[in-house]
Amino acid sequence: MTDVAFLLLTFFILTAKFRSQDAAAIETPSSISGIKVPEKDIMTIGLGRDGKVYFGIDDANKRIAMLDNIAEAKGITFTNKEKKDFSLMSNFGVPLNQLKSYLNLPKEQQATFKQPGIPVDSTGASASNELKDWVFNARKANNDLRIALKGDNLAKFPEFKNVLATLQAQNINKFNLITGSEAPPAGWKSDSE
Amino acid sequence: MSEINTGGGGGKHDGGKVRSKKVSTRVDMTPMVDLGFLLITFFILATTLSKPSAMTYNAPDKTKTEETEPLKASNVMTIFLGDNNKAYYIFGKAANEDPEVKTVGYGYELRKAIQDNTRKVPTDKFVVVIKPTKKSTYKNLVDMLDEMAITKTQRLAVVDELTDSEKTLLKDKAKLEL
Repeated sequence: MTDVAFLLLTFFILTAKFRSQDAAAIETPSSISGIKVPEKDIMTIGLGRDGKVYFGIDDANKRIAMLDNIAEAKGITFTNKEKKDFSLMSNFGVPLNQLKSYLNLPKEQQATFKQPGIPVDSTGASASNELKDWVFNARKANNDLRIALKGDNLAKFPEFKNVLATLQAQNINKFNLITGSEAPPAGWKSDSE
Repeated sequence: MSEINTGGGGGKHDGGKVRSKKVSTRVDMTPMVDLGFLLITFFILATTLSKPSAMTYNAPDKTKTEETEPLKASNVMTIFLGDNNKAYYIFGKAANEDPEVKTVGYGYELRKAIQDNTRKVPTDKFVVVIKPTKKSTYKNLVDMLDEMAITKTQRLAVVDELTDSEKTLLKDKAKLEL
């Protein structure tokens, strides 16, 4: 029994892939869709239950390139330490004008800081819409980025519509919605099989 | 807890002769096994078991305007996503022709309604128009799109603007204030 237990332990240690620290807990709805979310080259736009928008890309190196792009476009400068701290965040929901002070907070305070979400608007193209800048500059840093939208069950439709408008304003018409997996009803068969 | 057992094979003194004690080499494994199980539990809990899946969402290109044939109301099922996880649908009539508004919950009820209506018209003509109202949630939309995948409805449109006649219809018949 001990042998089996330790075998299991080894297995779990080797296969463990830890959940990254997310800016907000998002409970996604589930669907029968069997398409897996790609692991590489993915940009995730989170939509919290309170309608706050979060943003993140998967590759830590590209995050720095993205930050450089947006800093150049907006005329902000970041120190190397700030860039490094930024590259460690898998996603974030801080407006640009608060980003610098957020990055300079001690780690414990960052965790408890209530992130206000990235500003969006209903037209998707106004100057106050920062999501469009992040999407644009992330794609500039990595052209192969695919876009995934991770919305919370309780997020209201108008909030989703704002994100949709932002993407459509940049002519992005095809993207993924991240959902949990659920079994299709009995007897249901996919056409592709 | 973690003492080494030395008792087991200890010799008794027989006849005063001093013999070297036989020392047992068995070690108490209990703490190690405890720790092992504790770690197993931890790793089981920390591993993300169900990987998320993704559904694709295709929005129409806003920069292109294509001239298409106008839809015939008799082939169209319009589903309004309301509040409190309720959906309302009309079928076969336009909103200003005084259609019957039916209320359904998501899941089985809605699926059955779609399947019933699909049978009433030629399959390639059947169109579902999804109209999320501002009171609906993101989950409602995903559920709705999921129903489309389950019922294999090929022609669907997500329209987020309600016409005036639709608004009055929902207000009068579904008590949905927008």
